[in-house]
Amino acid sequence: MFAYLIRRLVYVLPVAIGVSIICFLLVHIAPGDPLTAIMPVDATQEEQAAMRSAYGLDKPLPVQYAIWIGKAVTGDLGKSIATGRPVAQEVFSAVKNSLLLAFTASVIAFPIGLLLGFIAGYYRDTIIDRLVTACAITGVSVPNYWLGIVFVIVFSVQLGWLPSMGAGPGGSGQWAWDYAHIRHLILPSVTLAVVPIGIVARTVRALVGDIFSMDFVQALYAKGMRHGDVLRHVIRNAAPTALSVMGLQLGYLLGGSILIETVFNWPGSGFLLSNAIFQRDLPLLQGTILVLALFFVSMNLIVDVAQAAIDPRIKRS
Amino acid sequence: MTAIADTAEVSEPVRKAPGYWAGVLKRFSKDPVAVTCTVIVVLLILAAIFAPYLGLNDPYKASMINRLKPIGYPGFPLGTDEQGRDMLARLIYGGRLTLFVGLVPVVLAFFIGSTLGLVAGYVGGWVNTMIMRTVDVFFAFPSVLLAIAISSALGAGIVNSLVSLTIVFIPPIARVAESATASVRSLDYIDAARATGGSALTIIRVHVIGNVLGPIFVYATSLTSVCMILAAGLSFLGIGVRPPEPEWGLMLNTLRTAIYINPWIAALPGMMIFITSLCLNLLSDGLRSAMNVKD
Amino acid sequence: MSKTEASLSTADRGGPHQPLIIAKDLKKHFPIRSGLLNRKTATVHAVDGVSFEVHKGETLGIVGESGCGKSTTARLLIGLIELDEGSIIFDGDALGADIKLKELRRGVQMVFQDSYASLNPRLTIVDSIAFGPKIHGHADPSGVARDLMEKVGLDPERFAERYPHELSGGQRQRVNIARALALSPRLVILDEAVSALDKSVEAQVLNLLNDLKEELGLTYVFISHDLNVVRYISDRVLVMYLGEVVEIGPAETIYAKQAHPYTASLFAAMPSMDPDHRTEEPPLAGDPPNPIDPPTGCRFHTRCRFAEDICAQKKPKLSVIGDVPEHLAACHIQDPASGHSQALKEAAE
Repeated sequence: MFAYLIRRLVYVLPVAIGVSIICFLLVHIAPGDPLTAIMPVDATQEEQAAMRSAYGLDKPLPVQYAIWIGKAVTGDLGKSIATGRPVAQEVFSAVKNSLLLAFTASVIAFPIGLLLGFIAGYYRDTIIDRLVTACAITGVSVPNYWLGIVFVIVFSVQLGWLPSMGAGPGGSGQWAWDYAHIRHLILPSVTLAVVPIGIVARTVRALVGDIFSMDFVQALYAKGMRHGDVLRHVIRNAAPTALSVMGLQLGYLLGGSILIETVFNWPGSGFLLSNAIFQRDLPLLQGTILVLALFFVSMNLIVDVAQAAIDPRIKRS
Repeated sequence: MTAIADTAEVSEPVRKAPGYWAGVLKRFSKDPVAVTCTVIVVLLILAAIFAPYLGLNDPYKASMINRLKPIGYPGFPLGTDEQGRDMLARLIYGGRLTLFVGLVPVVLAFFIGSTLGLVAGYVGGWVNTMIMRTVDVFFAFPSVLLAIAISSALGAGIVNSLVSLTIVFIPPIARVAESATASVRSLDYIDAARATGGSALTIIRVHVIGNVLGPIFVYATSLTSVCMILAAGLSFLGIGVRPPEPEWGLMLNTLRTAIYINPWIAALPGMMIFITSLCLNLLSDGLRSAMNVKD
Repeated sequence: MSKTEASLSTADRGGPHQPLIIAKDLKKHFPIRSGLLNRKTATVHAVDGVSFEVHKGETLGIVGESGCGKSTTARLLIGLIELDEGSIIFDGDALGADIKLKELRRGVQMVFQDSYASLNPRLTIVDSIAFGPKIHGHADPSGVARDLMEKVGLDPERFAERYPHELSGGQRQRVNIARALALSPRLVILDEAVSALDKSVEAQVLNLLNDLKEELGLTYVFISHDLNVVRYISDRVLVMYLGEVVEIGPAETIYAKQAHPYTASLFAAMPSMDPDHRTEEPPLAGDPPNPIDPPTGCRFHTRCRFAEDICAQKKPKLSVIGDVPEHLAACHIQDPASGHSQALKEAAE
């Protein structure tokens, strides 16, 4: 098990380096001189050259990358062009809010998805199965940014039950678990939960259906095992795959919440990112994407290791 | 020489076996949901292509006095948008860009990703390592994040959207292609073909492609709905298609201001994205079961 | 075209006494990679110094438990996997020096065990058989294919345009045989070619193989774990254990009296219809040892009931048994000078 963990870590390292190279190159594939975003339009040649060397932009790309990554590992992601504050600080406070949203969405999505998927797989090819499958495919197909707008129209504009934007009276900084704040969390997290409900339900349905059609289930019944105990065996067999799907979805939720955060003005990393895009704040863009991607990479790692821990078949190989 | 025939088979009638694709088509045509969805998608594409000949209003013509008219308003069957432009015309014209940017990247990624995966899977060794480790790096980004990252770096525009979405979909397709190729590669008929002295290219062409393209194709069709949602999402964020072009994601964004005045107009472009994406998903599911010979 | 024809019916270059194939000291070790950097941490000794000859027109049976290296040997002979060490001489021409792999592959073809997996599911029968002739520039590949289908007992009118999944296992294996014959090979390797078939179909295919051999002057290497089938079809038998040859000799001699304890146990496990042929040897117990770390000395000593210290220390050489010069076995008991306590007694008999 420990050897497996080490092997996975060694495998993840080059991927993480690759991810950082892509994030670094983002600024350089951007059309035009990265300087133009920072410099006032009437800057003289000398001022531009001074700025260029101050930012290290006169050095060759690999050197620039080495400098950038060297700072990044110490937590220095540069300064935001728009606000002048350190990018790391901006990203940290935003990611906290995104995590809150992503976890809440998972807490809503995973139990519902698991339950629906299990029921559909258990009653395969019945009307219940078809109903669940239809719901699941609808969930997968819905553009969630549009669904968010529809929710706002219905629950905020028409019914006036829930707020349509922001994270509550505390603003972006102070989250509290009271009614005034939780009200703001409901619409975005439900919206965000719809797609993973569909994906988890579809996966679990196929998984459970396949397991029920395996010979060993027949054998368990044949030797007189009680129904409930057979179900336990089926769940044990489905658990590793279901867990890995949910783990990946959690990672996707964090990275994929950008559009939802924009719809609901949720002060998370996605909102930060869309502001960075709007203001062409390249250091902020670079830093946010790096942090989100590395989070996703670590999420994958955790899922792999957790899966290996509960699935005896993986440990041996 | 008289060889010994398997006696049991002697009475079988003479016939020509139908090809694989004929069987797929037959099974697919028996799936009412898949056929309905195919019809809807084809109609949407046809409407988008022939939009100028449908006698619609000018989708760009703004009118200050006709702003945000409700659905069913005389002269504007689906109402008007925040600048008084005809919604029906804009939705149909909008399909042009949305479907184009939503489908073309998957087609491009299908060709590029399949080629990469085929080479990696068949050749193996360090070629495989090089290709697949690079793919892994891109795969390490959630697709939404990667699309937004590349698009926002490149800036708004149709070509940039195509480029960024193609890059997003190459890695998953290459992965599926690689694993399909590697599993076919280990089958005895490839060894038998190698034993006859065929070159790698001949063997890939005759024996590998036909057996891996099906699963890759089905997988690629399942990505079209994601790609369309993403494409419209990029425009929604303002890093896709530029205004004043009609595009469903962009329309959804600009109409957000209208949710207090005429909410159902504001929801219409998203409805179009939803219907198309649902049909694409159901179509892909139908194709998947039609192409699965074992079922 | 005429050149192709000429080389397809290659003359018997080495003369009737030149063995069709000589395998010398074949070695194939597969690396096992693991650990942090995927470094090579162990090797599987799949084939470890195997030497034998195949005479023209004979059928050499190769037997042994699964994992003993039978199939690896077959794939080495046809060049599907690369040799680590050793040499292959095909009718007097050394592979690599005198002939290239591509030429060897025209002379040697193979039929695999899994009749379904060895046919491309997307190609019709006729296209599968015609693939070889086609890439070698034959003028009428499908004509060749149809002729061969008739030879193997499949009516081309009925079967040519069908797909593999529409055929029975026996029919598919006939197609595989036809495909193997399409390049007019001189040696056909049959790797468990009838093992997956029903018994009745198996007999039909075996008869077909015998007929084809006679008609086309073929030589067979017949790999199987089924000793009854090997006895039926083989002229000589080669017994492998953990990547090594332990015994080789004429089929009749070996079936009558096995010289190596491993062969004896293997044959003892063979089901017999004859109640007088009751097994005296105990059947083999347990699984073969791990080929990653094969036992020292005689590789069979961990499972051999005659094993003594000498067996673990010294590797026995293949040596002639009794008065049959073609019968060889690698066992200390057969060598009076080996120091094995039962050796002299055995030799005095």
